[in-house]
Amino acid sequence: MSQQIETAKTPSPPAKESEGTHLVREIMSGNAVISVLAVVVALVIGGILIAVTDPRVSAASGYFFADPMATLSAIWSSISEAYGALWRGATYDPTARTWQGQLGIFETLTFATPLIFSGLAVTLAFRAGLFNIGAQGQIILGATFAGAVGFGMHLPPVVHLLVVILAGALGGAIWGGIAGFLKAKTGAHEVIVTIMLNYIAISLVLYLLKNQLKDPNSSNPISPQMDANALFPLLLGPNFRVHAGLILAILAVIGVAWLLNRSTLGFEYRAIGANPKAARTAGMLVSRGYITVMLISGALAGLAGVAQIAGTEKSLDSEIAGSIGFDAITVALLGRSKPWGTFFAALLFGAFKAGGTSMAVNADVSIDIVAVVQSLIVLFIAAPPLIRSIFRIKESRREGVSA
Amino acid sequence: MKLELKGITKSFGALVANDHIDLVVESGEIHSLLGENGAGKSTLMNVLYGLYEPTFGEILIDDQPVKFSGPADAMAAGIGMVHQHFMLVPVFTVAENVALGGESTTFGGILNLNDTRAKVREVSARFGFNVDPDALVEDLPVGVQQRVEIIKALVREAKILILDEPTAVLTPQETDELMEIMRQLKANGTSIVFISHKLREVKAISDTITVIRRGKVVGSAEPGTSTTELASLMVGRAVNLTLDKAAATPGDLTFKVSNLTVMSDAGQRLLDDISFSVADGEILAVAGVQGNGQTELTEAVLGLHKHISGSIMLDGNELVGRSVRQVLDAGVGFVPEDRQDDGLVGEFSIAENLVLDLYTKEPYSRWGSMNRAVIGKNAEEKVAEFDVRTQSAQDAADTLSGGNQQKVVLARELSRPLKLFIASQPTRGVDVGSIEFLHKRIVAERDAGTPVIIVSTELDEILELGDRIAVLFAGKLMGIVPGKSSRELLGLMMAGLPANEAQAQLDGNAATMEGERS
Ligand SMILES: Nc1ncnc2c1ncn2[C@@H]1O[C@H](COP(=O)(O)OP(=O)(O)OP(=O)(O)O)[C@@H](O)[C@H]1O
Ligand SMILES: [Mg+2]
Repeated sequence: MSQQIETAKTPSPPAKESEGTHLVREIMSGNAVISVLAVVVALVIGGILIAVTDPRVSAASGYFFADPMATLSAIWSSISEAYGALWRGATYDPTARTWQGQLGIFETLTFATPLIFSGLAVTLAFRAGLFNIGAQGQIILGATFAGAVGFGMHLPPVVHLLVVILAGALGGAIWGGIAGFLKAKTGAHEVIVTIMLNYIAISLVLYLLKNQLKDPNSSNPISPQMDANALFPLLLGPNFRVHAGLILAILAVIGVAWLLNRSTLGFEYRAIGANPKAARTAGMLVSRGYITVMLISGALAGLAGVAQIAGTEKSLDSEIAGSIGFDAITVALLGRSKPWGTFFAALLFGAFKAGGTSMAVNADVSIDIVAVVQSLIVLFIAAPPLIRSIFRIKESRREGVSA
Repeated sequence: MKLELKGITKSFGALVANDHIDLVVESGEIHSLLGENGAGKSTLMNVLYGLYEPTFGEILIDDQPVKFSGPADAMAAGIGMVHQHFMLVPVFTVAENVALGGESTTFGGILNLNDTRAKVREVSARFGFNVDPDALVEDLPVGVQQRVEIIKALVREAKILILDEPTAVLTPQETDELMEIMRQLKANGTSIVFISHKLREVKAISDTITVIRRGKVVGSAEPGTSTTELASLMVGRAVNLTLDKAAATPGDLTFKVSNLTVMSDAGQRLLDDISFSVADGEILAVAGVQGNGQTELTEAVLGLHKHISGSIMLDGNELVGRSVRQVLDAGVGFVPEDRQDDGLVGEFSIAENLVLDLYTKEPYSRWGSMNRAVIGKNAEEKVAEFDVRTQSAQDAADTLSGGNQQKVVLARELSRPLKLFIASQPTRGVDVGSIEFLHKRIVAERDAGTPVIIVSTELDEILELGDRIAVLFAGKLMGIVPGKSSRELLGLMMAGLPANEAQAQLDGNAATMEGERS
């Protein structure tokens, strides 16, 4: 007698990764040199843009043939002033009026904190072969959950913050987990699902801010202030915004580095990401891997939401995630989907944010230049493989070469 | 067209994969390269095809030095290459695949497929390839896909064709067809560089044989040279081409498959009511033309199939319905048919690959944390024991030569106590010296009392290893015959005759011959 038995309900993993996945994989796993070059080239082009839009440069170029040096020196001073201001704003600016204002480095660290968390989220998922575009939605959910217990409850110090952190992680994990679950059970592509979940998250938070989570004393869709016990302690006193979330972020980097490089779970994730068929043959549960990695990834992004609401913003509004969830993708890209690479890339982007304002104010350069430079970085990181695939230039890797 | 390689040297870091290699391929010649796994054959061909830049040395075509900065240059110079892993887009048609990379476009960049289609038809007709330009590549059998690769090269007017282990994935029938194609190409003036580990093929088809050992040319041989001589020239020592194997001493029947039926997702019957058992200390060799259910049989044991009925018992435990991990933990050693797709993670190190299905076990990990020192030490031992040719066990597995990748998979699966060893194509792409070693290891596993199942499309390997031989045809078991059965009998069974009918037919033939003689 034979019985019909259903084993693994998993959709079998693709035999060969698609062209697109291959390209993304190549972009994400290139070497650090390309990252550094991308930043340098982006800054150079940004510099050119700064120069050509500077009225002093165009004025000097009017008599270029009479006095070429004047043009060149105008260009030089235009660029050096702008980037000088950017650098000083992001690190140390002796000319600032207040001494707090002089130490831009702490603003850099403050901005970097949520980027570290969310960059790690993208990095981790990517190593398991998933492109998590949904950090934005996961941050929003994390902030919403963290906020709900942060201003909705009053608990003793420390305990309250811990509850807030856990709630935020949970919110993000749920949002990431949905994408992981759908991928594992139905094969739904995580890129599409996470993009959709981003839209749902923003609509959801808006709805809640108009109803359950609304501050009764305000006419705007904004929540009440977080309870004082629910906030990250400030690391350097009230003069600086840098908060204990940074320490948690650094711990997260160490944790993710350990997870990926030293743990059996990370071994599984990397195997699934690199060759799901071989992973399955070796007894790994690919679908379970997809679900758990998206839970952890979502939790990390949720912590970025916690850093926002319990660190800097202190109340929930629909702008809580800013563009962090999207910058996170660039940060992970620039960090070559390595935990410490992501950390340094997040610092760089934090510096752009902190220094951008100073550049706009002190050198009178549009803050949009920062956005342009950031976009150029993405372009140049993506360009070598893009160019290679367009022009069919040989790859240095052995992949595809016969054995 | 005459091709000459002069002093080609290619190093990867400290490793010299090609060391001042000189090679002349005359016009219209079939030139075979023989060499151990990791000798540097593929590397040399990749240099010739413009995929690698040589560290030193030059390439001359018709006595003119040429420089290739990529395969496009090599193709333009009349060199075509068929890689062991085909570079075809499965969802494209034959014509689209052929057009890819050498797009023939009309003004304005519109793809001109009709042109390509006509060319495919023309080439296909000229050489009797029998390939439909509008067929989807994914629907084609491996042998035909390979022909598409050859057509790709011929449409680009290749005068020199590189075939790197083309027969490793072919059935004997397909191999014969390929040989025929090669002869026709040769008659047409095309030169062919042919790489294979099957000495019989090399002897049958070559005009010249060059032997490479550890990156250096160590000599050339006439096709008339005996197989043993070729083997020892290659490996540098005498190789025993026939396996000394004591008769099996079968113990209990611990592995039993009963009424196993496997259906595809589309509801097709892949295995149809199969029942057999394997005893401790016995090798069951499973023969059959590729695609008759052998792959499904091994995958069903491992728990990779969804629609499965019947029973698979190992040591009194039911395996059907268990997860892959549980099956492996029950003591099954599994070598998949396709090492690159299923057996290895290419970007992982050799050391990591050697614990790919053992990483959860102590001492390789504890409390969820991998023990790198132990994993590294394990790798050193396995690399030495199985003679994996590599610079370091920390190198990525995809830097290994094909045969060495295979050794890594076998080393992993044979390196723990087993209750069942099941291997598909265990020596695919492996050189004769290593085959000798691997076969010995498999027999040693048997002699240690493990039931062993070997699936192979190589009749030689089946006859060499099998204590009993099972033949599959169209998902059905044609019967199980003794290990010393004749090739004719196996041939008939592989063509779909049940064992008793096949035997009867052979007896009948013998009887008629007797009758005629008297
Ligand atoms: N990209 C690479 N990086 C580092 N080492 C490499 C690379 N490619 C090849 N090698 C090494 O070069 C040597 C020659 O490899 P090659 O693939 O040419 O061998 P082969 O003669 O084709 O062997 P097989 O018969 O097993 O296919 C091997 O030791 C291999 O490990
Ligand atoms: Mg090779």
